Amino acid sequence: MTMQIRVLGSGCARCKTLAENAREAVRVLGVDATVEEVHDPMEIIAQGILTTPALVIDGELVLAGHAATVPQLEEVFAGRG
Amino acid sequence: MNPKAAERRSSPDVSIAARLVGAAFLWWFLYRVNGPLWDWAVYRAAGLAPDGRLGETIHFFVFDTTKILLLLSGIIFVVTVLRSFMSLERTRALLGGKREGFANVVAAGLGVATPFCSCSAVPAFMGFVAAGVPIGVTLSFLIASPLVNEIALGMLFTLFGWRIALLYMAAGLTIAVIAGFVLGRLHVERWVEPFVFETKVSAALSAGVKLTWRDRVELGREEVVTIVRKVLPYLLVGIALGAAIHGWVPTSFFVHYAGPGNPFAVPIAVLLGIPLYSNAAGVLPLVEVLHAKGLGMGTLLAFMMAVVALSLPEMILLRRVLKPKLIAAFVGVVGLGIVFVGYLFNAVLG
Repeated sequence: MTMQIRVLGSGCARCKTLAENAREAVRVLGVDATVEEVHDPMEIIAQGILTTPALVIDGELVLAGHAATVPQLEEVFAGRG
Repeated sequence: MNPKAAERRSSPDVSIAARLVGAAFLWWFLYRVNGPLWDWAVYRAAGLAPDGRLGETIHFFVFDTTKILLLLSGIIFVVTVLRSFMSLERTRALLGGKREGFANVVAAGLGVATPFCSCSAVPAFMGFVAAGVPIGVTLSFLIASPLVNEIALGMLFTLFGWRIALLYMAAGLTIAVIAGFVLGRLHVERWVEPFVFETKVSAALSAGVKLTWRDRVELGREEVVTIVRKVLPYLLVGIALGAAIHGWVPTSFFVHYAGPGNPFAVPIAVLLGIPLYSNAAGVLPLVEVLHAKGLGMGTLLAFMMAVVALSLPEMILLRRVLKPKLIAAFVGVVGLGIVFVGYLFNAVLG
């Protein structure tokens, strides 16, 4: 099943880094996943998230408040693949 | 994660502790050799005269750059690890349903303790308001968070001593409490974009993420790299300016134009600070030099507070949820508070 990765954040530098790192980790691992960036504060807050950037995989919050590195994200994605 | 792995990761294991001790020792060693090393390199190896302007300026630049970078890294690391025990979610839970007044004090205190990046300002504002935290209390939190910056606090402590650091913290908290309270009394709800109140908040994901000791140390390390990289240009410009002033501008110049005797020094410092967008860490080297050149501590603290608390980019972000009138009231009330604190400190500290 395709893994749905969403990066939530209102467009700050950390949010962009996290989204880029997530794409890179997906590419390196070769897992079946989509990476989507969510910038709309309404939608972020509707999910109950306060701390950005946040990483949500298949509806579950796995990471908030910092831009994880590519190896860290690989570990996270591999654990779910 | 399976239960066994979770158990293994949650105990602060020996290798992390050993590495922390090693890093602390290395830090202390570098801090101690910083002075003697540059004395030797600039005055002996490069052969510049210790009382000449050029030698003094260069020495000031390399010594201060090393010192500030070491202080900054150490303080950011410790603060980040400590703050990782707090989260916006926990803060919101603590503030929810509280009445104005005392809650403003709690909110300002939590603003200092909660990890918070200005890019979270909009979701945090909406999330707080939607959870029933009064607007004035939310604003106390949002004002205190950048204003009483723990990194600035740590650096003020190391550069100027605990008295100045404590005064800075007390002043910042007071401004945040009073400004939030005043704005709450003005019933600024009508100046908040209406969609904020219509947003439904789901509690589904609000529990936050659990962290292990390894995560906290890693967070601290990452934060040091991110912040140092971000403020380095400001820092170098600040120290270079500082070094130039240190070596070339006579003290009488600043005392004459901007010393404690000039009643306009404080408001001018605040107005200058608003368009400048820098981190407290980038401003502090300049503050250090200007203080040595006779500028009032109140004037300098007011300048630093204006730079960190009234930043244009944050205003633009907040414009998505606040109407211009509220932003103007926010800048006005906080700005007045900072000017007042500037005068007070100039009077108290002389």
